[in-house]
Amino acid sequence: MSYAIEMRQIRKEFPGIVANDNITLQVEDGEIHALFGENGAGKSTLMNVLFGLYQPDRGEIYVHGEKAVIHDPNDATRLGIGMVHQHFMLIDKFTVAENIVLGREPKKNGVLDMKEAVKVVRELSEKYGLDVDPEKKVEEITVGMQQRVEILKTLYRGSDILIFDEPTAVLTPIEIQELIEIMKRLVHEGKSIILITHKLKEIFECCDRATVIRRGKNIDTVKISDTNPTELASMMVGRKVHVQVNDAPYNPQGKVLEIEHLNVADARKVEVIKDLNLTVHGGEILGIAGVDGNGQTELIEAIAGLRKTKSGTIKLNNQDVTNQRTRKMIEAGLGYIPEDRQKHGLVLDFSIAENMVLQTYYQKPYAQMGILQNKVIAKKAKKLIQEFDVRTPSEKTHARALSGGNQQKVIVAREVDRSPQLLIAAQPTRGLDVGAIEFIHGKLIEEKKKGKAVLLVSFELDEILHLSDRIAVIYEGYIIDIVSPKETNENELGLLMAGRKKGGSEA
Amino acid sequence: MFKKRIAVLVAFVVVLGSILAGCGNSKSSGNSTSTKKSAFKAGMVTDTGGVDDKSFNQSAWEGLTTYAKDNDLKKGTDVKYLQSTQPSDYSPNLNTMVHQNFNIVYGIGFLMQSDIQKVAEQNPKAQLGIIDAVAVDKSNKPLKNVASITFKEEQGSFLVGVVAGLTTKTNKVGFIGGINSALIKKFENGFKAGVKAVNPDAEVYAQYAGAFDAPDKGRAIAQTLYTKGADIIYASAGNTGNGVFTEAKNRAKNGKKVWVIGVDKDQHDQGMPENVTLTSMVKRVDKAIYDVTKQTKAGDFPGGQVLSFGLKENGVGIAPTTENVSKKALDEVNQYKSKIIDGSIKVPTTDKEFKEYAATLK
Amino acid sequence: MSNLLKKVNWMTLLIPVISVILGLLCGAVIMLVIGYNPVLAYQSIVESIFLQPYYGGETIRAMIPLVLAGLAVAFSFRTGLFNIGVEGQLMVGWLASVACAISLGHLPKILLLPLSIVAGGAAGALWGFIPGFLKARFKVHEVISTIMMNYIALYTTAYLIKNFLYTEGERTPTIPSAASLASPFLANLTQGSRLHWGIIVAIIAVFAMWFLLWKTTKGYELRSVGFSPDASNYAGMSVARNIMLSLTISGIFAGLAGAMEGLGTYQYMTISSAFTGIGFNGIAVALLGLNTPIGVLLAGALFSGLQNGGLTMQANAGVPVELVNIIIALIIFFVGSSYAIKWALSRFSRKGKK
Repeated sequence: MSYAIEMRQIRKEFPGIVANDNITLQVEDGEIHALFGENGAGKSTLMNVLFGLYQPDRGEIYVHGEKAVIHDPNDATRLGIGMVHQHFMLIDKFTVAENIVLGREPKKNGVLDMKEAVKVVRELSEKYGLDVDPEKKVEEITVGMQQRVEILKTLYRGSDILIFDEPTAVLTPIEIQELIEIMKRLVHEGKSIILITHKLKEIFECCDRATVIRRGKNIDTVKISDTNPTELASMMVGRKVHVQVNDAPYNPQGKVLEIEHLNVADARKVEVIKDLNLTVHGGEILGIAGVDGNGQTELIEAIAGLRKTKSGTIKLNNQDVTNQRTRKMIEAGLGYIPEDRQKHGLVLDFSIAENMVLQTYYQKPYAQMGILQNKVIAKKAKKLIQEFDVRTPSEKTHARALSGGNQQKVIVAREVDRSPQLLIAAQPTRGLDVGAIEFIHGKLIEEKKKGKAVLLVSFELDEILHLSDRIAVIYEGYIIDIVSPKETNENELGLLMAGRKKGGSEA
Repeated sequence: MFKKRIAVLVAFVVVLGSILAGCGNSKSSGNSTSTKKSAFKAGMVTDTGGVDDKSFNQSAWEGLTTYAKDNDLKKGTDVKYLQSTQPSDYSPNLNTMVHQNFNIVYGIGFLMQSDIQKVAEQNPKAQLGIIDAVAVDKSNKPLKNVASITFKEEQGSFLVGVVAGLTTKTNKVGFIGGINSALIKKFENGFKAGVKAVNPDAEVYAQYAGAFDAPDKGRAIAQTLYTKGADIIYASAGNTGNGVFTEAKNRAKNGKKVWVIGVDKDQHDQGMPENVTLTSMVKRVDKAIYDVTKQTKAGDFPGGQVLSFGLKENGVGIAPTTENVSKKALDEVNQYKSKIIDGSIKVPTTDKEFKEYAATLK
Repeated sequence: MSNLLKKVNWMTLLIPVISVILGLLCGAVIMLVIGYNPVLAYQSIVESIFLQPYYGGETIRAMIPLVLAGLAVAFSFRTGLFNIGVEGQLMVGWLASVACAISLGHLPKILLLPLSIVAGGAAGALWGFIPGFLKARFKVHEVISTIMMNYIALYTTAYLIKNFLYTEGERTPTIPSAASLASPFLANLTQGSRLHWGIIVAIIAVFAMWFLLWKTTKGYELRSVGFSPDASNYAGMSVARNIMLSLTISGIFAGLAGAMEGLGTYQYMTISSAFTGIGFNGIAVALLGLNTPIGVLLAGALFSGLQNGGLTMQANAGVPVELVNIIIALIIFFVGSSYAIKWALSRFSRKGKK
């Protein structure tokens, strides 16, 4: 039988790196096929080759059994290949329908026929169960809906092979479920789907087969019904995966961070932290669980001196540090892995070496009398790159060129290496693959063992439950309860996060 | 894909470059910067206003071209101008002409004074001329190899002042100057003196634009003065004055008759088709340049002299076009002209002199 | 010094070179169309600059303020700011240096000359600091405020000269020779050009910018803030202070450019009713020089070469001097459009690397 897509022995080299090394991918008609691998394994490169953004150095592509040469995305579209990009390519000020027909507008007497466009979009969205309002502006709809617009764009252009590039990275859990339903429906209607992902959960929920690639090489193609998550994860990482569990005994030491009666307002002057009390001890990981937007960001920023408090006190090692400047906080022993690693954690156009000393560049031995000691910095960076297994050609590489996991490793390396008394980790593993998650969790536990205080903020309940010694649940700007992970479960946490205390009392 | 495009581009550049170089070689052999030593050459360096400024740069060039025509010299080689786009170009331009062995090189405008002085000192054999300034050495003595050409603008301005004083119906006239400087003050005070001489009750509004190259400002000030009731404006502001014409024409189109008095050249055409030019104070830079060039050719280069062109020398005066000037006014003009020439009237040049002059009228 | 170039790869280096070639070619085509001989024109540029010491000297002389102005723009670019106010900073620097030289004329050269140069730099610094302060404190966009500061500088300097330092010829008196950068030695060497010792100041400034930005902790901070104010803030740096510092230092470069004109080229300052244009050309120089110190030096040399060569082109080939400005504009146009190409390219490749 012929495949919907067959890529044979694709090789693509970039200066200094082989991104795809003889990769073969066979996608059957009417299946959801997972392209599975760590960040930087070569998934996106392979798909960009298929979509005509790159030319392969070697190898052949067959579409529905016919040999195809794809020079650019227009060729790909002509062959019925559509791509749903991770970063949406939509024009905010245009309506949904306008975005979808852009470039292939229906015309009546040479004039754009918007009525027809809206009609066509509506028909498409009904046929595939993609619920969107064609007349709304893109800036007015949710991220999940924007993704549907992207899907509709490819359908409007007549694609029957759809590539989804990490589609769930930007979605909420409910939206992820909806997306999976949509994909199933599309396959049901005769489309074939390639799903690029590094999330095991999604693969087992909707895929038929998966092709695993690792460091540019083909590992295997397996039927999902014949495998299990652990096996697949091992294939991806190339070794047995250990789920890191916080197994070190819990023996809290002195108070490192003490927050009392803290009130903080957000940018619109709305009070988002209300009378919050919290203590973190040395030698413990305190997890903060909560639904996004309940004051987590503001709490961390207040501690880090990035946001002014209205009232209350923050003490670090028994010193009042309320409203201290950020630099003073860092010097007093604060480490911080920010939530948005690209915006807040790294200077993307700096080299890795420069990023490694982002807070300490002015201190000895990295600087002498105001002059940077570039050799010392480079040496330090090389050491950290090795210690933290950052995959990069050299320490001179710009941070922008690294994959998400490796960027995060740079930040973790920098923060942990400073040996801070208090380490704040905000969403430290968001968007990372299994291997990187495992590594970072290990590092957090190590810090705890060293007697440091770790404040972990995460929306992933699994992560909180696995790592924390105590869990503080934040709800509408205050700590609604503090529980032990051994004595709680996801259900109870879920209720607390929704503002319900034990016994059903409404908080 | 991009690399390929670059490669093609580079190839294109190389090929075209070599073709150009090829055709250049054949041509350039015939050309050389050396000049026939026998020929007489006269050149000028414009200020940043450029050669077509409708004012003294243009007038100076007309003088040179007329001289070229009369003496069978070739325009572009024997007589030639170099334009300056910024003040720092003056010096290289003057030097270039000196190095190319021009028999006389004029710097047009007092802005070139210090550059002329320096070039004159560095090239004692060169013969230079400067308009509207006196070139001196470090001990303030006139430089031997520079002819300083100045004009008695106050005398010409006095005559157009007489015309304005006799023509105004509102008894209000305006004066717009370029930059407030000693030179333009001569225009202003001469004009005011002329107005007051024939019409002691008339009011004269004087205002400065601060620039010679800002027609928009000229227009704005003209708007103000016309609105204040002035019906005649004397614009002594170079290119800035063109804005005054714009405003006057605009008003004329809307049925309000106002006048402009032009400067430096006969600006009658500038006022057409609305015919708003009453008269013009002509400053015969062309004549001065013609005369000095002629003397130089004859071997009488007036180096070290301060030449002053006034009514007597026909260096200043009112424009030949007089269709808008009344017979009576013309008669008065001729009377005052002879009085000035014979010295019975001394036209004031500074504010102080004007005060003294005004006192004698009362 | 190879470090100076390490920030740019070959592709980015190629772009300005190609732009220059294309600009010259288009200029040649225009000349051909109008009926001038482009070969003769370009030949006269090259010959005059390289074979005639006078024009060589004048070219280097014109290069001094252009390079300094280019450095001023490039420096602020490097820290993510767009300093359009170089023109104004240059004018106040010019006046301050001349005023200092005249009012302290009794001092010996060893004191007066450095003092006058410092005065120019300081005035430029002040003129740069004000928009920096407005941006840091009140979030006033620096493009707007620096443009406005240009006009304030233009009219303020004119007013000050007219009322306090006026002499005949619409200008200040000439500075005492103790404050002069002019050198009979250099003048003789170049057949009486106005070449002056300011070239040393310009070269020191080139080196200073490189050293400051890439070798010191302050420079590290400035670049960091330029690339990512957010990450810099999170890392404990003061974004506001760095904005002020950046525009202040940028202003020093611009002020020095003015001082070079005042103490070197002219030895006085005229009341100008229009901008000198050096500050605006500085933007083009910085752009063509890819905002690197060495690049600015080269681009400054090219521009001053074209401008001075343009004068001989007019004298020898009869080509109107305005054409040189068209060529310069074309070069900038090509640099600008290749930036667009490069931007598109980098977007493609960035997506691929993920």
